[in-house]
Parts: sequence; structure tokens; C-alpha cells
Amino acid sequence: MSDAAVIPQASTEEWSLPSRGVVGMACLILAEAAIFIIFVVAYIFYIGKSLSGPTPRDVLELPIFSSICLLSSSFTVHKAESALHKGARGATSLWLAATVLLGSIFLAATGAEWYHLIKYDHLTIRTNLFGTTFYSLVGLHATHVIIGLIMLSLALGFSLGGQMTSKHYPRLQVLSLYWHFVDAVWVVVFTVVYVLGR
Amino acid sequence: MATQTPVSAVVDQTTHTAPRRLWLEVLHEWVTTVDHKKIGLMYIAYALIFLVIAGFEAILMRIQLALPNNHFVSPQVFNRLFTMHGTTMVFFVGMPILFGFGNYLIPLMIGARDMAFPRLNAFSFWISAFGGTLLYFSYLGGDGLYGAGSAPDVGWWAYAPLTAHAFSPGHSTDYWTLSVLLSGVGTIGTALNIVATTISMRCPGMKLNRMPLLVWIYLVTSMLVFVAVSPLTAAQIMLMLDRYLGSHFFDTQAGGSAVLWMHFFWIFGHPEVYVLVLPAFAFANEIIPVFSRKAIFGYPAMVAATVGIGFISLSVWAHHMFTVGLGPGANTFFVLATMVIGVPTGIKIFNWLATMWGGKIHFTASMMFAIAFLFQFLIAGLTGIILSAAPLDWQLGNSYFVVAHFHFVLVGAILFMLFSAFYYWYPKMTGRMLSERLGKWHFWIFLIGFHLTFDLMHIPGILGMPRRIYTYEADRGWTLLNMLVSTGAFIQTVGTLIFVFNMVWSYFRGAIAGADPWDAWTLEWSTASPPPAYNFATIPSVASRRPLWDLKHPEDPDSNYE
Repeated sequence: MSDAAVIPQASTEEWSLPSRGVVGMACLILAEAAIFIIFVVAYIFYIGKSLSGPTPRDVLELPIFSSICLLSSSFTVHKAESALHKGARGATSLWLAATVLLGSIFLAATGAEWYHLIKYDHLTIRTNLFGTTFYSLVGLHATHVIIGLIMLSLALGFSLGGQMTSKHYPRLQVLSLYWHFVDAVWVVVFTVVYVLGR
Repeated sequence: MATQTPVSAVVDQTTHTAPRRLWLEVLHEWVTTVDHKKIGLMYIAYALIFLVIAGFEAILMRIQLALPNNHFVSPQVFNRLFTMHGTTMVFFVGMPILFGFGNYLIPLMIGARDMAFPRLNAFSFWISAFGGTLLYFSYLGGDGLYGAGSAPDVGWWAYAPLTAHAFSPGHSTDYWTLSVLLSGVGTIGTALNIVATTISMRCPGMKLNRMPLLVWIYLVTSMLVFVAVSPLTAAQIMLMLDRYLGSHFFDTQAGGSAVLWMHFFWIFGHPEVYVLVLPAFAFANEIIPVFSRKAIFGYPAMVAATVGIGFISLSVWAHHMFTVGLGPGANTFFVLATMVIGVPTGIKIFNWLATMWGGKIHFTASMMFAIAFLFQFLIAGLTGIILSAAPLDWQLGNSYFVVAHFHFVLVGAILFMLFSAFYYWYPKMTGRMLSERLGKWHFWIFLIGFHLTFDLMHIPGILGMPRRIYTYEADRGWTLLNMLVSTGAFIQTVGTLIFVFNMVWSYFRGAIAGADPWDAWTLEWSTASPPPAYNFATIPSVASRRPLWDLKHPEDPDSNYE
């Protein structure tokens, strides 16, 4: 029943803890993964259940080139990260620019695909269950790509402006974790939509 | 280990009366704060306001059901009442109040100065608060152009196709889905913050196996939030696409599936029950040992049981769907999974009993609520085992037996443990003790009201009274029971009013608490009450699970035994 507040000071061993940024991003990835799983489950559940056309086999083409672009952007963002770690700021900007470019190519390809589907194949989100699940799943992923691109462009801007130094390495590391996640999700979406779904 | 040099908790030891400030300054301070204690208190206050609103809705429903052939409210209003009551209690009372306590206590308990992401913390609170406001704004804005009724009336689980445009014109369902979506975003943000805080902000020596059990349980709860609340967020996005863009996720006429919504909802809905009840366990883990004057029995078993509950709770959702007709294989799986969850829960109950066994029990108001929690949670668990058997569930599903069962969990276990937590931590949060005398009045009156309502509520359920029924004929034999159930609701209201009065009165007139009124052992009691903005003048360092015990008993510290 002591009134005076006294803080315990025990002698302890060496103390180091994981970075809170990495832990936070890992949590976000876990939560986002759960959201994607629900959309993937809905996609798989509704494969072949559309009451009317068009079907995936009629209209979908494999987006090989854009997928290669997106997946290789994982490599470039990793290079940017390690360049920043070494303090090579020019190389950081270069690799970040490459990442933004590759991501933009992917996004543009998705846009072109949707344009074609809507204009020539008359597939919209209201057409049938395929349209519903396709646009929502691919659209959810594309939204994540857009958010990633915005953040990467910001990082690129800071890097070009010279504000980003090696002490910001942990932050770029967190961003790169997110970008790897977006790429990994694409592997799943690609497999489900363009391989299994056709 | 006996060479501890204690350090005073507060830099400025002078007592002074704070200068009077304009109310606008005070408001500005609270709105812009990123302090985990202030945010925690705002969470709690906001949840208490919604508790009063949703409690009032419950009272209106009980008045309607007290007599047969009653028309106290219209059927449409009744549908809105049970929808709003359920949605409010789960999303805008249960979640925020539990996160409020977590926000307040976790950094203090692990010896940190704030959460890992203070601004995210404020964002999460305000987005949840916005969600709750939006839900009730539906009373004004839900009509839309259709004149189709104001507040949501689709039930708290909002089964398809009731949520489709054809059956829910107007905007009431849009308000429901948006507010739940926003609350989910806030919840995920806070859970993320709690995990990052627990992993990355512990003070030196606070290894995982030395963390207070409360922090452990909040860690598991937050992990559960990621995998449980996210599916609900996804399902709400789908529902919004259906309603706004005309997609067909839950539209049976286009081949969509109403059962898919059920699965998505209960993949959230059942783990959610554990998200709500685990923090109640967390409070019990801190309060029962202190008032039994013994260290918690079986710390590692408690941690293992918590993690076990976390995992098993992910595989029981379809026990809400036995009446759908899932087929024998799925039914058997979900029956067994549901029964298995009784094992880790039983371990916890036995550990609490073993903690009390041979202890020197102090019957404070807080401890009395905790003991009532133990008994009532056991009964709630037993009716849960009854309902988990699919054949019995076919008989009792969607009856008042189910309503009685889950209110035994939500009120008998969670609310009782919340009251216990208020009596225990109110002195830390305000610097004043709650009145024990009023606390005991509160306890006994609420206990009587609770049992009158929810013990008897099982019986009309067995007699066939369906859930969400608007009214009933006099010759069903439910009249007396319903009258008694409604009477109990009023008695509970009286108890709650005593509690509210106690909180207000004690804030101004209560006895000064001091830093450590309960002679407790965890770090939050090592700083002043209420704690200064920086929590600890010096970051503490610990060598055992009960650092304050070590401090008070240097001749026999816990670290010798762990």
C-alpha cells in the first residue's frame, strides 16, 4: 500500500527488440492477406457458375509480359534498398525509378486489358458472376499496386531531392516489404484467374 | 538480484492545482492527442455512451415483449431495435471498450512510454468513432428518396438476400455496411499497434515469458483480429459493390450464393466472440491473483490455452449454420471443433480456481465481479456445449435459448469482468478510488437482475419462442417468463445506474488512491495515479513476472523461482 510511486530497476541482460516498422508491416500484410483470401475464395467458388457469357476462356489472355514486369520490380526495389543501405544515393534513385517504371507498365497493361474487356467483350462488373469476381479481385490487387506506386514515387522524389539518406533505410525496407507482398499476391491472382479459372 | 536501486516515478514531485483553462483548450487537447492513455480513455467513454444507447434499445425491446399481443413499438421499429442493439453492442461497445483498456494498460504494463504508432492510434480511434456516428446518423439519413425506413433493420448479421436493393431500398443498409467497414479498419489499425507495441516496445528484461498475462492475451486477440475482422471487411466491400455497382456476389438470381455471405460473416463472427471474451480473460488473469494474494497458477498453461483458443476459434464458424444443412461431414467436423474449444477454456477456469485455492481472498467489489464471472462463464460454456451438438442445435437454433446462451457470455462473462476491471483500474486512471459500498450494491443488484433475466430466458427458448419475434399470443405459456425476464432487465438498469453514479461521484469525492492501492505487482502500479504523460520518469527494467513483488520483497524475489 505504498503511496510513493517507485519504478523497479532490475539489472538485466543486453536488450534489443525487432523494428516496430517491420512488425507493423508484417501485421498489415497478414490482415491484407486475409482480405485477399476471401476474394480468392469467392472467385474460385464462382468459377463456372455464371448464368450467361462471356466466360473466362472466351475473353481472357495471359498477361505474360506485364506479369514479368511486376515480378521483376520486386528485384529492383530490393536493389534500391541495398543501395540505400550502402549509402549509394544515385543508385537508389535509379533502382527506385526502375521499380516505378515496371509497376506503371503493369498498371497500364491492366488498364488496357480492362478497356478491351469493357469496350469489345462487353464484360462489366454487372454482366455475370465472372465479371463480378474478376473485376473485384483484379481491381483490389490493382488498387494495392496504385498505393504502392504512389509511395514508391514519393520515395523516388525524396531520393532525387537528396532528402533520403541511409538513416531512412528502415523506412524503405518497410515499403519494400509491402511491394514484395503486392507481387506475391499477383502470383496467386495470376494462378487463380488466368490458369485455374480458364 | 537484491541490488535494486528504486527510482521515483514522477519527475516533478510538487503537487499543484492545474490552472483553469478554457474549455476550448481542453477540447483541443483531447481531439489532437496521441497519448495512449487519453486515447484509451476516449475509447472507453465512447463505448460507455454507446452502451447506454444500446442498453436503452434493449429495454425498449423488453417492454415490447413483457406482455403478449403488445404494440408498444411497431414491428418495423422492433426490427430496427434488434439490429441496432446487436450491431452497436458488438462493434461500438465491445470492441472499443476492450481496445480502450488495452490502449491504456499495455504500454504501462510493459514499461513503455506510448504505443508503437501513436498517430495511427489516434487515427484508429477517430475512424471507429466516425463509424459509430454514421450508424446512428442513419436515423436521419437512411430514408433516402424511397421513404423506405430509417435505421438498418436487417439484423446484426445481415443475411443475403435481405441486404439486396430489392429488399432493402433506401440507404439504411448502406449506413450499416459503411459503419461496420470503418469500425473494422479502426480495429485492424489498433490491433496492428498492439502487436507492434508488444513485440517492439517492451522495457529491458520484459521477455515474452515475463509479460503480464493481460499483454499476452491482447497479443493473441490482436492476431485473431487480423484473420477474423479482415474477412468481414472483404465481405462488406463485396456487399457495397453489390449495392452500388450492381455486382452479383450475393445475388441468387444471377447465380450468386446467399450461403457464401453466411460463411464469410461467421468466419468473422465466431472468432469475434473470442476477440471479445479473451480480454475479459485478460482482466481476470490480473485481478484474481492480486485479490487472492498469490501468483497466477500455471502461467505457461495459460499462455498455451490462450494461443490454443486463438487457433481453434478459427475452425468453428459453421456451428452458426447447422440449420442451413451443410451435410453430415461438415456438421461432424464443426461439432467436434466446437466441443474441443471447451478444453483450453476449461484449463483456464481450473487455473483461476487453483490461483484462488489456498489464497487469502479479499472480497472487494472487483473480486466479487470476477468470481461471478467464473461461475457465469462456466454456465455459458455449458450451454455452448449443448448447442454445439448439431441435432440439439436443429431443435434450439434461432430460439431464445441461443439468445440466453450468448448473453450469458456477453453479459455474464464479459460485462461482469468489465465491471471488475473498472473497479480495479479506475484508481489508476483517475487517482481516486470507486466507492466500495456502492460497488457492493451495484454487484448484488446487477447479479440478481442478470440471473432473473438470463437464467429464465433459456426456458421460453426450449418452449419454442423464436429469436427476434415481435410479439406472441397469450396462450403460448411464455407470458409469465417474459414478464420476469423484462423485470430483470429493469433491475439490471438500476444496478448500472448505481455504477454510473459511483463513477461520477468518486471522480470528485472518492478517496485518494495513491500509486498502488491494491498492493499489486505489475508495472502500471509503479507510477503515479493518474500516470504522467510520459508514464515513467525512467524506463523500468524487470527480472521477473512480478517486478513490484521483487521491489517490495528483495529478500525473496520471484526471479529466484522462474
